[in-house]
Amino acid sequence: MKPFAYERPGRLPEARALGQAGAYLAGGTNLIDHLKLGIREEERLVDLGRLVEDRPELGRVSELPGGGLRIGALVKNSELAAHPLIRGRYPAVAEALLAGASGQIRNMASTAGNLLQRTRCVYFQDPTTPCNKREPGSGCSALEGFGRYNALLGTSGECVAVHPSDLCVPLAALEAEVVFEGGPQGEGRLPFRDFHRLPGDTPHLDTNLPPGALITALELAPLPLAAHSTYRKVRDRSSYAFALVSVAAALEVEEGRVKDVRLAFGGVAHKPWRAGRAEAALRGQPATREHFRAAVEAELEAARPGRDNAYKLPMLRNTVVATLEELLEGRTPERRAAGGAV
Amino acid sequence: MTAESAPVPSKPEAPSAPMSPPPTSPSVGQDRVRVDGPLKVTGTAPYAYEQAAENPAYLYAITADIASGEIVEIDDAEARAVPGVIEILTHRNAPRLVKAVTELYIVQSPRVSYRNQYVGAVIAETYEAARHAARLVQVRYREDAHDAAFRVGHPETYKPKILNGFLKPDTQSGDPEGAFARAEVQLDEVYTTPHENHNPLEAHSMIAVWRRGRLGGPYGVLGERPLLTVYDSTQGAAIARGLLAAALGKLPGQVEVISPYVGGAFGSKGFPHAPLMLVSLAAQLVEGRPVKYMLTRAEMFSQVGYRPETHQRVRLGADRQGRLSALLHEVTEETGKLHEYAEQTASATRVMYAGEHRRTSHRLVPLDIGVGTFMRAPGEFPGMFGLEVAMDELAEKCGLDPIELRVLNEPTEDPETGKPFSTRNLVTCLREGARLFGWEARRAPGESARDGGEWLSGLGVASATYPNQSQASVPTWARVRYEGGTYVVSLAAADVGTGAWTVLGQMAADALGVRPEQVRMEIGSSDLPFATVAGGSAGTFTWGGAIAVAAVQFREKYGEQPPEGAEHTGRHLSPRGGGDFSRHAFGAHFAEVAVSRVTGEVRVRRMLGIYAAGRIINPRTAHSQFIGGMTMGISGALFEESVTDPRYGHVVNHSLADYHIAAHADIPDLQVRWLDEFDPTYGPQGAKGIGEIGVVGVPAAISNAIYNACGVRLRSLPMTPDKVLLGLEALEGAQS
Repeated sequence: MKPFAYERPGRLPEARALGQAGAYLAGGTNLIDHLKLGIREEERLVDLGRLVEDRPELGRVSELPGGGLRIGALVKNSELAAHPLIRGRYPAVAEALLAGASGQIRNMASTAGNLLQRTRCVYFQDPTTPCNKREPGSGCSALEGFGRYNALLGTSGECVAVHPSDLCVPLAALEAEVVFEGGPQGEGRLPFRDFHRLPGDTPHLDTNLPPGALITALELAPLPLAAHSTYRKVRDRSSYAFALVSVAAALEVEEGRVKDVRLAFGGVAHKPWRAGRAEAALRGQPATREHFRAAVEAELEAARPGRDNAYKLPMLRNTVVATLEELLEGRTPERRAAGGAV
Repeated sequence: MTAESAPVPSKPEAPSAPMSPPPTSPSVGQDRVRVDGPLKVTGTAPYAYEQAAENPAYLYAITADIASGEIVEIDDAEARAVPGVIEILTHRNAPRLVKAVTELYIVQSPRVSYRNQYVGAVIAETYEAARHAARLVQVRYREDAHDAAFRVGHPETYKPKILNGFLKPDTQSGDPEGAFARAEVQLDEVYTTPHENHNPLEAHSMIAVWRRGRLGGPYGVLGERPLLTVYDSTQGAAIARGLLAAALGKLPGQVEVISPYVGGAFGSKGFPHAPLMLVSLAAQLVEGRPVKYMLTRAEMFSQVGYRPETHQRVRLGADRQGRLSALLHEVTEETGKLHEYAEQTASATRVMYAGEHRRTSHRLVPLDIGVGTFMRAPGEFPGMFGLEVAMDELAEKCGLDPIELRVLNEPTEDPETGKPFSTRNLVTCLREGARLFGWEARRAPGESARDGGEWLSGLGVASATYPNQSQASVPTWARVRYEGGTYVVSLAAADVGTGAWTVLGQMAADALGVRPEQVRMEIGSSDLPFATVAGGSAGTFTWGGAIAVAAVQFREKYGEQPPEGAEHTGRHLSPRGGGDFSRHAFGAHFAEVAVSRVTGEVRVRRMLGIYAAGRIINPRTAHSQFIGGMTMGISGALFEESVTDPRYGHVVNHSLADYHIAAHADIPDLQVRWLDEFDPTYGPQGAKGIGEIGVVGVPAAISNAIYNACGVRLRSLPMTPDKVLLGLEALEGAQS
């Protein structure tokens, strides 16, 4: 690890100024790993831990007028998962948080850091192998390499990595907004769909956050539908594994027809994948297994599986259909009570 | 009584019934808590890396970025400029070694034989400086073409001279091909198991220091000599010392290996590997300073061995009633080119079932990859996956319950050697296990689907076995000393987390006729009487044998009231005549699984392991050994796989986030039972080995349960959700 300066400023403007030539450090659950692995070097780390003394809202969840929530950037994943307003109004968010990482990591990891975590593609994390995301132009080892986790949707010839976050999947489905300091007009906002990027020919860029900007909060709009949301994650082992595929879904049915629906997928793309085509295909249609299935298949028409990840097509299709059926039949609490998947 | 005169049964005509235990044994067989428990749970047991070392330096390794070729140039100027760097070890300045052990013959030349092979090391005042500097060392290579892709039909495939465990590569009797061709019922399938890496919680860690001093004993006349002390995490301090000294070209007395506590090993700490030599060489460059080295988790996937990938063709031929006539188990597996390791994959097939016409064979595919080694139940773990799934498949073809098929083919003597079994209680394990597990509730494959719902449930069974791996050619010694009212019993044994500290004390207490509180064990140092490694599930009965001999001879010499300082050293040999028997532990594993027909995820709901493994010395530590084995078996069944990217030549999922081992949430209710058994052909305590049998057959039991649940037959480990789901899709496609 290259030696670096460590700063722990007490005020936000100071942190912002220091951050122009350094990296912000919150929970450190991803950044510190990267420094140790030798895949990232920084001149300076700007620890944000003291900012809550100056700006307590950075560490709090508060209600917005109209029923939405504002989540401070430094709220820990474990606190957020346990928050009664999150559990009550946006259960998919709480479930996704609990499906991620381990208890110890969730106690450290911050809300904003979760959004900014980087892919776990094994080649990205191994400085001895080519990776366009880590070293633009060096090539993509995953295209012809270890590909079980590779993306299906929105890939490019430069990168087939997937976004690792669980939390971001329901955030994409439920239309969160990212609030940051450091936009052209000071405070900036990015709707969640515009926050993460597809790889294209710039896979080294994960997000559209301006350089040096600092996320201060995440806002969840009031969305009654979200109270009937859930998150289901499929993984190799029962805990502490990244998603093979995952689904965040919210469903409202009236007289047997889909009145409204929100769907986003994890583990299949470079960003949390909002399934707009599937949603459009479902609205107004009968809430039946056949229609659920046809809607996922419409979304998956654009999928381009590789040698090792074609299984994700049936896995995602089945999981989406089962999750929607479960919401339809009101069985979600049973699965939740059994710890998620079982 | 000495070990040599231990009671050995005369050759029975038929397999022997379990033998009755010996006379009184107030301590052996009793539930005793671990004597090292308080140290472990309070975090105060001093592991190798935590030993006191004055003014230590730290090592960080430099490893090769190519899989084959030669180092052309090493530019370490930038690295040397890093504050705190003391020295950089490379082949250019490394002390010369003797090529006694290929694996320990490192950094002697510019040649690179596998990716991540050691090129050298940075020694610095801090770990951080060493790591930073190591990454600044620029190594330029002339790269050769390499081959790291395991495949059947490789043009360089060859037959090894000998397998791990000193076994013959091939065995054949009768006319296996002809008998198979003539069989009324035939099964011919391929089973595969992956490259796996040992991942004990405690990564390999060492502190090495060279000092000048006089050797003890007659060698003192040589004057001042360099003496090496290494604190090492090892399964065998004495073996490590011997091999390390030989490779360094030193007298054994010049090297001391100390290893009182070991945080798991699973075979990876059995024989010394390259890291031990790397730290020893580095310390030689900074004589007088202790050098500390703990492997990174990624290095655990490249420096300390692996379980090789296997491809197994199994052919079983039987009559319609299920009586086996032909058993063929043909194995192709990988080995590193630099140093051969030949896993004895089909060895269990040689003893499991009757059948006149038989063949086992092993062929190696040499690759430009690192050095393989034994990993918990080498041979039995992969091989019993193939054989025991094949038996399940054959049972179905014959319309038999899988337990009945096994009982029907129970041999009356070792089917390959014709020797009688010393003790063999497989059938009792299967029958009693079936009763305890509720086997009668097992339904036809796929029947569970009728219940509706997402999760399909099924039951599966597989046999388990583990051979006597007595390292009898290397005698083990033990010393008894009477000191201040306590009997100090010493030998260079190792407790790798198994409970050896505790059970050795129990055996010593009985052998001396005292309470365990009157015994103090000394283990984990090469300066103690020589002992074999904690490996091959042979530690307890081998070390226990030596302790029994030493204790009996001590009493003969000093009586019941020994004088202060009385001391005697005794030597264990395998019981006379033991080799006239086929000696194995047996058992059975039962599993209930649930399979999601939505996602292909598999959850093990409960398991039972039932064993006939000789006398159980301590029920508490034995129970832990068995559930630990079953846990590792579940892990290997469902999760573990090291993925080598053949383009680069190394394991690319080299972290515990990417190489999945079972998490707590994956381990359900594990039940353990054992039969009363006493086998004096192993040693005077009648104990067999229990460290490995708990993993054997577990993946097969789970595969068989998955088939029973959902009708998908999985012949390739690990059985991940993608494989299950594609199987379910194929079934659905076939049905519609």
